[in-house]
Amino acid sequence: MTAKVVTVTSGKGGVGKTTTTANLAVALAALGDKVVCIDGDIGLRNLDVILGLENRIVYDLVDVVEGRCRLRQAMIRDKRLEELYLIPAAQTRDKSAVSPSDMVHLCDELRPEVDWVLIDSPAGIERGFRNALAPADMALVVTNPEISAVRDADRIIGLIEAEEKGPARLIINRLNPVLVKRGDMLNAEDVLELLAIQLIGIVPEDENVVVSANRGSPVAFDLKTRAGLAFQNIARRLKGEEVPFMPLDDKDDFFSRISRMMRPGG
Amino acid sequence: MAELSARPTIQIKGIREGLLVTLSDGDWLTVQNALLVQIEEQRSFFQGAKLALDVGNAILHAAELGSLRDKLSDKGISLWAVISNSPTTDTASQLLGLATRLNTVRPDRSIKSIDTSLDGEAAVMVQRNLRSGFTINFEGHVCVMGDVNPGAEIRASGNVIIWGRLKGGAHAGEGGNGNAVVCALDMTPTVLRIADVEMIVDNRKHKPGPQIARLVNGKIEVQTWDPKER
Repeated sequence: MTAKVVTVTSGKGGVGKTTTTANLAVALAALGDKVVCIDGDIGLRNLDVILGLENRIVYDLVDVVEGRCRLRQAMIRDKRLEELYLIPAAQTRDKSAVSPSDMVHLCDELRPEVDWVLIDSPAGIERGFRNALAPADMALVVTNPEISAVRDADRIIGLIEAEEKGPARLIINRLNPVLVKRGDMLNAEDVLELLAIQLIGIVPEDENVVVSANRGSPVAFDLKTRAGLAFQNIARRLKGEEVPFMPLDDKDDFFSRISRMMRPGG
Repeated sequence: MAELSARPTIQIKGIREGLLVTLSDGDWLTVQNALLVQIEEQRSFFQGAKLALDVGNAILHAAELGSLRDKLSDKGISLWAVISNSPTTDTASQLLGLATRLNTVRPDRSIKSIDTSLDGEAAVMVQRNLRSGFTINFEGHVCVMGDVNPGAEIRASGNVIIWGRLKGGAHAGEGGNGNAVVCALDMTPTVLRIADVEMIVDNRKHKPGPQIARLVNGKIEVQTWDPKER
């Protein structure tokens, strides 16, 4: 096995990086792949909570980097999916406890063992982001259909391109079809026109995401939810499948336009 | 000495126009005979030649030149020029329609051609989209093929030309050049600055299309590009 290292990032906080990481990890593992996700948000860890693995942390990322434990010991196995692991962040330290080259070494150690390494990047463009981006083979940029989130995504994409970690792929999260229809929210075309990168998924706003996060059971476990299905579709696209974009409401031509926009782009 | 001058020297040289024969000074008949003898000896070499004759100081009249020309002509040689130091000989040559100079190109005829190549001015060319946080600083003109997104900035001492959308910041004529302009295919910048004048652009009533911003009476004016305007 040679893992693909995927960094999930956004620039702006609160757009759904951690939710996306957790759900993609669940979706990929549910499709039969072996997945390790790494919480890069040292000092403000969340991924363990969303995955429902909070009470099983013994060792963390900083313990591995500083040699207090072996990599295996810090990998928490999920209770529902045998092939899903979490390496949690340390809560009592800060971003400077880990360097970009530590992350590269750690991922190189993981690469032969698993199919996917998903890194949840912290918000911002500083040390934590640099740590998360350093080992990446591919970057997923999460944004919301809001001007502020799109601006930050543009900045992040520029930095990813400058580090030659691209091409970055875009996830538009929390799109509300009703607001878009009323003209009160940017639509996916507007976002894509500004960011000019390839879209890999649109996740509709779905209250199940909040409910399941609080329960510690990511929405991707439940494919009856729209968001869960959207995350699974992204996971399948990551695996190289051609999955059509699902209609978010009755406006079919809207999505056919999007998929047309996607095809010619790189 | 007498013996030397008794035998005139004849120098033959190939030139662009044919052959140039230089004769030594001396009694004209002797010299002429020596020439004719030499021609007879090298008949095949002279056959069909165009001949220019340098007669030096010899003073010759039209009759003498005419008879030489006829004799040469009999041998298949055409005499076209007689070069001499004597005005009398020159006049005689001209009478016979012979040239008196080899170089027919007059010195004043070379006219310098009009220079149609331009030197141009210093400029930098950027072929990519400028995302938020990226900047270009340049002493000279800046040309971008691509979009300039919000949060990106361009500063130039000259013009800023954008083949794409200008949505970020642009400062042309930095350092005080009030003649600098900013052009874009679609102009919705966050801040526009020319020399030391700045302008917040109202993008609400914006129609997409090529526009040019320039200083008019100390204020920035954004005009839609008009192909008819000069």
